Amino acid sequence: MEHYSFLRGFADSWGLLAMMLFFIGAIVLLFRPGAKEMHDNAASIPLRDDTPDRFTNVQETPARKKNGLELEDAK
Amino acid sequence: MEIFKLAAFAFIALFAAMAANFAHDLAYAVHGIIIMLVAAYMFWRTLTRLGEPKPLPETGYKDDVIRAGVIATAFWGVVGFLVGTYIAFQLAFPALNFDLPFTTFGRLRPLHTSAVIFAFGGNALICTSFYIVQRTSAARLWGGNLSWFVFWGYQLFIVLAATGYLLGATQSKEYAEPEWYVDIWLTLVWLAYLAVFMGTIIKRKEPHIYVANWFLLSFIVTVAMLHVVNNLSLPVSIFGSKSVQLFAGVQDALTQWWYGHNAVGFFLTAGFLGMMYYFVPKQAERPVYSYKLSIIHFWALIFLYIWAGPHHLHYTALPDWAQTLGMVFSIMLWMPSWGGMINGLMTLSGAWDKLRTDPILRMMVISLAFYGMSTFEGPMMSIKVVNSLSHYTDWTIGHVHSGALGWNGMITFGALYFLVPRLWNRERLYSLSMVNWHFWLATIGIVFYASSMWVTGIMEGLMWRAVDDQGFLINSFVDTVEAKFPMYVVRGLGGVLYLTGAIIMVINLWLTARGVHEQKPTALRAVPAE
Repeated sequence: MEHYSFLRGFADSWGLLAMMLFFIGAIVLLFRPGAKEMHDNAASIPLRDDTPDRFTNVQETPARKKNGLELEDAK
Repeated sequence: MEIFKLAAFAFIALFAAMAANFAHDLAYAVHGIIIMLVAAYMFWRTLTRLGEPKPLPETGYKDDVIRAGVIATAFWGVVGFLVGTYIAFQLAFPALNFDLPFTTFGRLRPLHTSAVIFAFGGNALICTSFYIVQRTSAARLWGGNLSWFVFWGYQLFIVLAATGYLLGATQSKEYAEPEWYVDIWLTLVWLAYLAVFMGTIIKRKEPHIYVANWFLLSFIVTVAMLHVVNNLSLPVSIFGSKSVQLFAGVQDALTQWWYGHNAVGFFLTAGFLGMMYYFVPKQAERPVYSYKLSIIHFWALIFLYIWAGPHHLHYTALPDWAQTLGMVFSIMLWMPSWGGMINGLMTLSGAWDKLRTDPILRMMVISLAFYGMSTFEGPMMSIKVVNSLSHYTDWTIGHVHSGALGWNGMITFGALYFLVPRLWNRERLYSLSMVNWHFWLATIGIVFYASSMWVTGIMEGLMWRAVDDQGFLINSFVDTVEAKFPMYVVRGLGGVLYLTGAIIMVINLWLTARGVHEQKPTALRAVPAE
């Protein structure tokens, strides 16, 4: 029963707080300035993947450069 | 390396033969023989390929395993729908049980649920996730032939589970019926699946992980966790299929429905939402309506779903606070569910005219409509007062099927119609009018199913609680069974329509893959000069 009471109390207090903060943090992060460009870029991923030579056809985007992901094929 | 493989297969075959000999029950003996045959075949296959030069590493997308997955999805779909339609008629006409243990409703029913959820839905999820993760990561599937192990290992799991049910091996947990050794095998296959999926994401060339992959990854990880915890059991003997659950009583019940509802939430919802977030933008040829909304949808869905399970245990020995918690979280779930539905539907904004000409897109849109309908119905039924009427009645069965046939079935059909021409390098499908036929047969089938189950469910709920002025129950159980007969026949007919649509789809996909419509030489049309 001690285990039950401890876990129950923990879930109602610190566990709940941690999860709420994580969730709110994830949502707040979503609306940070500058996210729109990244989201637009991500949203268009499925629309530019159909060519058979996709591996050599990844688009050079600002987000890609920022992340230091230069294309091997471009070198 | 090959020598170790040979030794391992030989050992497995020998042990399986021994196990089949010492088996305590029929199901275990049959499974021993199946495993022995598979291991012996693998031994022979490895042996005959010894010394062959290693094939060069391939480049480009790995699509052969996806083609196999598409075939398996279509095959198990038809099997699952067929068994479902059959047991629907068993309920209307009990003579169809044939008085044989193997063909009773009790054994065929888990065969049906596992065939449609895990064989049809599972194969659809595995093959589409392999397709999506490669395209959205711009990377070849990680792990070489490990994806083939996932495919064939999963088929073996299905065969073991299905034969087990027919021969009477079950641990009696809904949607988790397979016994201990089948559970262990599925755990291995699932970890390999996770490795292939994660490996591909890790070596991606796209900087961003597309949101469909978030949903698919959460589905794979959560199902692994649910499966292991719900199947904690101790085998009675290593040579028998029977096992005993580690949890008992209400703890076992809550663990089971924590598993059961999250199987709905993560297998049938998160995983299929991953499909939706890829195939709907693809088919509509425009990006998803709001990427921000899709991420809110993701976090809200996974934070809320995991708590909704207790609504399956209203008015039981489960503590009252836990029941209320389950109810409240189920109601809150309505919001992210509809957010996701709106996000999918609004992806078509500015392109609604495509619905007139594109039956595949129409299929995807109706699946979203059914998703919205069943995610409204579910929270409503989880409210305790409503549940006191609906629980244990056919209303629940109707609810499940409007979600499964409408949402999961239709989005899968849409994905299959999308995939087959691309995977087999065909310009287009064999016939769009067959897709139209499929669409209408399936939709009318679901309407028959859902509406007959609403009527019979609410009717039997009211009949069970009806009392006379002295407080005595008016109806006996058999009265309700008798009253439900016409609705059961209508439900069976709905199943026939849905099955017919699926068979038309299989024919269409088969002819598409064969390329029947493209082999014809373009006839020279002689145009008269005047």
